Amino acid sequence: MKIAEDSPPTLAALDRPNSYIGRSVPRPNLQRLAQGRGQYVSDVTLPRMAHVAFVRSPHAHARIVSIATESVKKSPGFIAAVTGAELAKVMTPWVGVLTHLKGLKSAPQPPIAVERACWQGEAVCAVVAHTRAEAEDACELVEVSYEELPAVTDPETALDPKTPVIHASLGDNLCFERKLDVGAVDKAFVEADAVVETTFMFGRHTGVTNEPRAIVADWNASEQRMTVYQGTQAPHMMQDLFAKHLGLHHQQVRVVTKDVGGSFGIKVHTYADEMATVALSKLLKRPVKFVADRIESFVTDIHARDHRVKGKIGVRNDGTITAFEIDDLTGIGPYSVYPRTSGIEANQIVNLTGGPYACPNYRAQTRVVFQNKNVMCQYRAVGHPIAVAVTEGLIELAAAKIGMDPLELRRRNLIADDAYPTQSTSGLKFERLSHHESLAHLDAMMNYAGLRAEQKRLREDGIYRGIGFASFIEVTNPSAAFYGVGGARITSQDGATVKLDAQGFLSVATGVTEQGQGAEAVVAQCLATAFGVPIDKVRVTTGDTDNTPYGGGTWASRAAGIGGEAAWQAGKALRANVLAIAGAMLQTNPEALDIRNGVVVDKAGGNERLPLEELARVAYFRPDTLPAGIQAELMATRHYVPRAWPFAFTNGMQASYLEVDVDTGFVKLLKHWCVEDCGTIINPQLVDEQIRGGVVQGIGAALFEHCRYDDRGQLLNGNMADYLVPMAAEMPDIECGHCVSPTGDSELGAKGAGEAGTAGAPGSVMNAINDALRPLGAKPLTDMPFTPDKILRALGKV
Amino acid sequence: MSGYTLDISLTVNGERLNAHVEPRKTLVDFLRDDLSLTGSHVGCEHGVCGACTVRVNGAIVRGCLMLAVQCDGATVETIEGLSDSGEVADLQKAFERRNALQCGYCTPGMIATVQDLLKRGGVPGREEIREHISGNYCRCTGYHAIVDAVEAVAQARARTQMKK
Repeated sequence: MKIAEDSPPTLAALDRPNSYIGRSVPRPNLQRLAQGRGQYVSDVTLPRMAHVAFVRSPHAHARIVSIATESVKKSPGFIAAVTGAELAKVMTPWVGVLTHLKGLKSAPQPPIAVERACWQGEAVCAVVAHTRAEAEDACELVEVSYEELPAVTDPETALDPKTPVIHASLGDNLCFERKLDVGAVDKAFVEADAVVETTFMFGRHTGVTNEPRAIVADWNASEQRMTVYQGTQAPHMMQDLFAKHLGLHHQQVRVVTKDVGGSFGIKVHTYADEMATVALSKLLKRPVKFVADRIESFVTDIHARDHRVKGKIGVRNDGTITAFEIDDLTGIGPYSVYPRTSGIEANQIVNLTGGPYACPNYRAQTRVVFQNKNVMCQYRAVGHPIAVAVTEGLIELAAAKIGMDPLELRRRNLIADDAYPTQSTSGLKFERLSHHESLAHLDAMMNYAGLRAEQKRLREDGIYRGIGFASFIEVTNPSAAFYGVGGARITSQDGATVKLDAQGFLSVATGVTEQGQGAEAVVAQCLATAFGVPIDKVRVTTGDTDNTPYGGGTWASRAAGIGGEAAWQAGKALRANVLAIAGAMLQTNPEALDIRNGVVVDKAGGNERLPLEELARVAYFRPDTLPAGIQAELMATRHYVPRAWPFAFTNGMQASYLEVDVDTGFVKLLKHWCVEDCGTIINPQLVDEQIRGGVVQGIGAALFEHCRYDDRGQLLNGNMADYLVPMAAEMPDIECGHCVSPTGDSELGAKGAGEAGTAGAPGSVMNAINDALRPLGAKPLTDMPFTPDKILRALGKV
Repeated sequence: MSGYTLDISLTVNGERLNAHVEPRKTLVDFLRDDLSLTGSHVGCEHGVCGACTVRVNGAIVRGCLMLAVQCDGATVETIEGLSDSGEVADLQKAFERRNALQCGYCTPGMIATVQDLLKRGGVPGREEIREHISGNYCRCTGYHAIVDAVEAVAQARARTQMKK
């Protein structure tokens, strides 16, 4: 039986009676989803609802000469054909910049291309019809005449003077650049006994959410109000953006997010076709639905990770790392994505590279350039997989060069566990991390020595297995330092509103959202514990800007650490309110009472004094019996935002064990381990499943996933038969371990766990492949994804 | 292309019904759009992701690769039917307890696929389970938890079988 039993609480600091903190309670919404009774946006239908399909540019860069829609009008079910110029009258364009990313620039982006299409897949005309099939039929009849323009596709030459400038108003194709030089890097390389330099390539890939992006926009002209059903991670952010670009007040826009079929950062951005759908609803005064099909997803869902990083490391023979240096280049498509920008990934790479290590010398440069390809933006673990793979790849190459065990080299350089608080060479502030404890835990958990012995033995039989490691740090619980300070109206605070109903049950509305991570369970656990009821008496509402506190939603591993803390505080506040009433009813000092298991009890002896249901009955139906001047407040709201630290950094270490078939180049993953430290663990099972899912997404990047473009900017593999994703048969079992360093910023002490798996997996798989092939003299593989043909090339076999 | 329809009669989740459908309409679109059985999901529409997996005449099929008109006279079972009959209740419970679903979008197809394996009896090994669900894409879980849940149900069903 591998299903973990619910484990008892272990956390003394949060030691409430009947605590749910640290227990693997199941998520409240799973039977609904398991029985196919979820309500995803793609399931939503409304009276008078129409469907939109888009005519999309077949060219990476083209001037739109003309759009003829005459013949479309006779198409069955046809309602409207709308061009970019027509939609511009309803909705203003946007520019994806943040002021704290100094110098970052971009061009205004319209919901539908006007005059010029800048990537293959950009919408150039919308067609609305009674059904999606009819809308697609009608799209076939729209005649668009294009004049193809030169496409900028290679980041390496994007800044050359002879390369055309995509947006003339910007002057060049540079979106953003950043340089950092700390310590004495040149001197440190001179003083090193060995220097390793190599270039890492990362394949552009994408989120491939199982449910594509979906939106239903419903403009009610009589109320002058827009209701948007959207599969998004940030309902309040979208409310702000819809209002802003339609010229409405927030009060006129309601965003409703029910079940979301996967997000991973894909569904936290502004998409032109979704903005167009909202504008079309306003224009047509009726509900309009758009659900991306799989090909549209591939050419319009944000891509990520298209980076070339030249990396360099210096080490002494005793294993001391003397310096890191990186030169990063990335091409992000024709626009910086709104409102989070496409500069964050590169910025994170500069911030995070070398982050786990105590090395005082670090130089970094990054350049972010425009291209005529689909846009890139933040996808799960933003920048981390690249920074980690570069850092950890360099470390293992250096270890091989000086003949030191790669785990030992790390042990000699990881920031000491007693060094906190401290900061990274790049300036990241660390409250408390546990690199050495994590390493020791991983070493024991995987039986490293035993695996090395097995590896050696099998090599004698011509079986090539590799062990690869990756230490990592992860940005979680972002404060306003992430987006707010740069001018984006993306809130970092979050709230919870708790209500005791007339039967003594609790309902809570929270600003964090649920896309499968388990935010609802975590909020329920925190509230049930803080207030004192069995968890099945808690009902959680998320994803509705009319009915939840203003909040950021779920991204950047913030839901548990921020949303959980808000629920915890709200639960405490409501408990105090309830005990005040109980004290009045029982003529007892409220300080001497507590709520346990849904009953008001004596704090000291635990004697039952008053069921909550009875208290609620009196408060709601017989308030006349309460003493004069006592007003029951059975609803409480609390908000929380991290203030002491800009981010709650987490840390950990992963290991991959795999076997390379040196005749076919195929990699068989045998096992994967991840030890991580997300502070207080509210729900161990949910943390582990975030890790496992994240690891597999990282494995996808390492071995399979790649949006392949030709030099004219055409996506060559925009379908799931040609773009490979991890499937069950190729994936290993994944063992998780934990260290616990709570953050002092909140009472709960929980940090995030959503991205740790994705951060470390690609680097550890890369290192394991190179470890396997090292005795064969293969050139180190540093160009993801590591497909069989690349492996055979490295072995000199093809 | 739209407008022209064919008449079909079929049994869906035990209910007999007649319908007029366009020949081009896929089974999953018919189930979702015409019958409001939205538990079957559309993921890729080209037979790769398995989110639309349903049972037709006892065998699992991809609802996006079969046309509704091909189901004339057929018996179709969707997650709604499998849930109501209780046939997969133990699987659903195990998926819940093991958190073998996150966003849940793949889950109805996954449950149908897994039930197809477990119906054969015996206790499949982890490799066999992984192989059998290798046509069902899950982006959230990394599959480990799904394999755990299926393995647990297979063992539990085998124990129940032995007692009988």
